Amino acid sequence: MALLELSTVSVHYGRIQALSDVSLTVEQGEIVTLIGANGAGKTTTMRAISGIRPLSGGTITFDGEDISTLRADLRVVRGISQSPEGRGVFPGMTVMENLDMGAYSRKDRKNLAEDLDRVFTLFPRLAERKNQAGGTMSGGEQQMLAIGRALMARPRLLLLDEPSMGLAPQFIQQIFRIITEINEQGTTVLLVEQNAQQALSRAHRAYVLETGSISRTGTGQELLNDASIKEAYLGVA
Amino acid sequence: MNHQVVTYLAEGVDWIRFDVDALLGQFWNNTIEGLSQGSIYALVALGYTLVYGVLRLINFAHSEVFVFGVFAAYFTFYGLGFRPGPTVTLGIGELILFLLLALIAAMAVSGATAVVLERVAYRPLRRRNAPSLVFLITAIGASFVMQQVLFIWRGGNAEQAIRLLRPEPVFTVFNTAVTNIQIITVLAALVLLVVADTFINRTRLGRGIRAVAQDPDTATLMGVNKERVIMITFLVGGLLAGAAALFYLMKIPQGASYQGGFLLGIKAFTAAVLGGIGNLRGALLGGLLLGVVENYGQSLFGGDWRDIVAFVLLIVILMFRPTGILGESLGKARV
Repeated sequence: MALLELSTVSVHYGRIQALSDVSLTVEQGEIVTLIGANGAGKTTTMRAISGIRPLSGGTITFDGEDISTLRADLRVVRGISQSPEGRGVFPGMTVMENLDMGAYSRKDRKNLAEDLDRVFTLFPRLAERKNQAGGTMSGGEQQMLAIGRALMARPRLLLLDEPSMGLAPQFIQQIFRIITEINEQGTTVLLVEQNAQQALSRAHRAYVLETGSISRTGTGQELLNDASIKEAYLGVA
Repeated sequence: MNHQVVTYLAEGVDWIRFDVDALLGQFWNNTIEGLSQGSIYALVALGYTLVYGVLRLINFAHSEVFVFGVFAAYFTFYGLGFRPGPTVTLGIGELILFLLLALIAAMAVSGATAVVLERVAYRPLRRRNAPSLVFLITAIGASFVMQQVLFIWRGGNAEQAIRLLRPEPVFTVFNTAVTNIQIITVLAALVLLVVADTFINRTRLGRGIRAVAQDPDTATLMGVNKERVIMITFLVGGLLAGAAALFYLMKIPQGASYQGGFLLGIKAFTAAVLGGIGNLRGALLGGLLLGVVENYGQSLFGGDWRDIVAFVLLIVILMFRPTGILGESLGKARV
């Protein structure tokens, strides 16, 4: 049974249909990536999974439970945690407070130190900047903070929305390396990316989203070597 | 003291004065009275600021949340057997007990009023994603409705004063008597403001409120129940307004009137904007500053100028600091 399953999911913004009949699965332990152009509906898919956008059709199942209408904050308790597009770092909170926010829904407060250690091991930079306000950090540091914060929920499924957006090349490499590391430590990852090259080479499986619908699916390697994907998303003629 | 009224306008003008002697002569009296008045503004201002921080909504009906508290305190006195007339003589123990009961009643009524207001007036609009202008009109409408409910119930005249506590000087500083009511008001307000500040900055729920203020969607992604945060924000604002209501009634025993919240509400809102709306400490600063300055203005220009001075102060400060004195919103406010 898949950890996450979207079945013919549709989302509307007013009268405009942003997603139509999107179906996809994420198995336990995978990195699955969703690639597509601007406005294809990648972020909307993420927001539908985490419950920020209501569905206008279809169902979302997480670990066998239909969560289609479950309140967004309760989906975090179920084990879905998201690092949102644009990072969403709380500007007026320190690094530590931001990380604490990630653990907001945790009942097992006594295990937090362990997770904090894990985050600081993955992102030593955050340990150096514990007391700095989130809003004063660089884009790369904020991205680390957003991912670290999402990990503080100790998620079973980590949703990463455009983690490489706006980052310098050396940061992009580093972020993707860390995503693989997080996955190898046992966290399932659903990754939305415009940087298709990196995302496909890291992912076990991939879906291509085009104007609100899934147009292609396959393993990361298959799509990486596909001529039409190369032309459309990898900038290779 | 011998006051010499200096008129810088034409001879015979009596609608404005420029009385430096009065300003200086009553300086400390005005300062102390202003601080006690300003404490009440600050407590009410917090309600505006908290709700604005979380919802970006000016809750114009907050003034009526306050007035409901004033009536709750008044009728608590009434229910305890007190009737309008001269001040009753009470033992200190009894007095503290009765004031505490009135405080609890006023806070409970104002808190409940604020929560019900949120449920009935604002939540349905949020569900429908109404534009912010609709919220604003609804807030003004709710304010009128609540005022008129009080009017229908109690009529247009203010309730006759019930006096439990006579203002009596406790000690003098700079040759100025400081009264028991002033001391109680300022101390209690400061304690409540510190409690509110600690709640927002040091507790898990408070951090949830700040998170919603800074980024509602991301807060939800952290597992914060936004609707619950909004409810608690209205509740806290209401509780503080209820406390302010009791101090107001102690200061002005004849002040229980259906329209008693209008000017006070606008001034408290002014205080919130003055300090930087959305900023808790700004509300305190704005409230105290407004209370003090309008008292100075009253001495300097004459009693009719009190309110004008308050609002001119607002306009002048906003010209130079459009975000208020302390600026930052609740969202950005640092510990």
